[in-house]
Amino acid sequence: MSGAVTNIRSGARREWVINLVLLAGLGLVPLWAWFADAPFTITLATRAAILALAGTGLNIALGMGGLVSFGHAVFFGIGGYAMGILASHAQNYDPLVQWPVVIEGTQFMPVIWIVAILAGAVAALVIGALSLRTSGVYFIMITLAFGQMFYYFAISWPAYGGEDGLAIYVRNGFPGLNTLDPIQYFALCFAVLLVVLFFNARLIRSPFGLALNAARQSTQRVEAVGMDPFRLRLAAFVLSGAITALAGALFADLNRFASPAMFSWQLSGEIMVFVILGGVARLCGPLAGAVVFVMLEHFLGGLSEYWHIFLGLLLLLVVLLAKGGLIGLLSGRGAAHG
Amino acid sequence: MSPILFIEQLLNGLQFGIMLFLMASGLTLVFGVMGLINLAHGSLFMIGAFAAAAVAGWSGSFLLGLAAALAAAAAAGVIIETVVIRRLYNRDHLDQVLATFALILILSEGTRWLFGSFPLYLERPSWLAGPVTLPGGIEYSSYRLALIVVGLAIAAGLFFLVTHTRLGDRIRAGESDREMIAALGVDISKLYTIVFALGAALAGLAGALVGAIQSVQVGMGEPVLILAFVVIVIGGIGSIKGALIGALLVGLTDTLGRFLLPILFGTVMDPASATAVGSALASMAIYMLMALVLLIRPQGLFGGAP
Repeated sequence: MSGAVTNIRSGARREWVINLVLLAGLGLVPLWAWFADAPFTITLATRAAILALAGTGLNIALGMGGLVSFGHAVFFGIGGYAMGILASHAQNYDPLVQWPVVIEGTQFMPVIWIVAILAGAVAALVIGALSLRTSGVYFIMITLAFGQMFYYFAISWPAYGGEDGLAIYVRNGFPGLNTLDPIQYFALCFAVLLVVLFFNARLIRSPFGLALNAARQSTQRVEAVGMDPFRLRLAAFVLSGAITALAGALFADLNRFASPAMFSWQLSGEIMVFVILGGVARLCGPLAGAVVFVMLEHFLGGLSEYWHIFLGLLLLLVVLLAKGGLIGLLSGRGAAHG
Repeated sequence: MSPILFIEQLLNGLQFGIMLFLMASGLTLVFGVMGLINLAHGSLFMIGAFAAAAVAGWSGSFLLGLAAALAAAAAAGVIIETVVIRRLYNRDHLDQVLATFALILILSEGTRWLFGSFPLYLERPSWLAGPVTLPGGIEYSSYRLALIVVGLAIAAGLFFLVTHTRLGDRIRAGESDREMIAALGVDISKLYTIVFALGAALAGLAGALVGAIQSVQVGMGEPVLILAFVVIVIGGIGSIKGALIGALLVGLTDTLGRFLLPILFGTVMDPASATAVGSALASMAIYMLMALVLLIRPQGLFGGAP
């Protein structure tokens, strides 16, 4: 018994070491690339940081809340289009709203982020309120279906580019930074990721996080102590959608392009893959997963046009054999929860 | 809007709904009996379409193509079930979703590797190429009419299979109590393989039949899969009757929405923006229908208690 407890403790310590190594690695590789003048590596690292942020958002619903959302691309896409719509109005000097008050578009990142977060939260509130009326396999199918609804809407709504998506000419601005410089934009995205991870670490230990965790394990017990599991889950879903929307705004800014593909079901699947490859309900699981995903995409994609076959095989092996994902494998802690 | 055009759209909606039923019935059977959510069901639809296009193109016979689609999809179903799916029955839904998502990646890219990225074309058989004249002087595609007839016949056959045959007894027994029928000496793992292969064959057949009215390409299965999920959410999980009603509702809502909404908006707007707004809203109509059903009956129209 005491041996098992020591094992859990040393596993937890090892997980913290792995987390620090991961974060330091993601921070240092672009720094090295900057000295070595390899801007593409910096872009890859920025991509990994942003996708990790999207996965961190999903991890709140999936890992803490046990809500298997297969529609998180909705929030990613909403963040992307929040950026695209605000920035395109600003660059064309065409007010967003003419009446009753004139609202201009903006190319100022903090405002774009706030709009993306709010829009993601509202969408998550509506989708969550509907789909949390069910559970289990229904929930998966419904979130997938709502994702498809947004995808088709983005394609068939011509005002903002329809199938062509929405491109902007210059990356949006952040006070004191030249965001067009790859290393500065990376630093900005990395800082956002660190802030969200810190917030997430606090959230896990907060009364809300503990209650949510309890609701995942036993709905009846949580109800018995007078809490409402529906509201806990809805709050987690809204928070989760808001963070993924923020990631979407950063991602669209990285590419200077908001594409309807940001709403696609494949992307929902990929965001889920980051979380699972890294390890569900682990603070840096999505980060590990996103880093591995971007590396696979880069190296396998260079080897073979059909690299998705290898990604599929790897995912299949992780699901069938390695419960707890990569971090679980490395820290020897098995599944974070069963 | 002429009544003839409306009836034509009504038939299109019916045809679309019937094809969705072929997909949704397999999904709902697999879920009802094995408790498994299978995202790779869309890949079986795609496999059927590719097998039909390849064999029909090589032999010149559409019927041979259909037979190939049934055989290829059922065989793929048996292989997938024995190699991967069997290990997922006792796992949670998250593992099932991920493993079958991995299967989509493998099967889609594998098909792209075999057949290339360009779409294939599946010719309609010459004896169903022209239009037929229906009572009332309505000209309608004979192929689409054949799809409706064949689909309804398969639906009837499926109902008969589930309610009047020994296999059907076992399937229904498996739905209600899996341990009990295993204890009564039914080889449960063989039953699971058969049910999975049956669902796969239905999906493959749907893929082949639909393949002749659209292009056969990688990724064609997943949009249909997601529509089949909408059908199941509306109809109620595990219910074949629910799948039929849900599929017809979704098929008609989608087709008539695309037809009527632009006309409806045309009465208050200029034609260009009416088309834009109408078609954008029409693309959301079935999801609105799903949301409505969720508000009124979260367990679906024919589902038991959630």
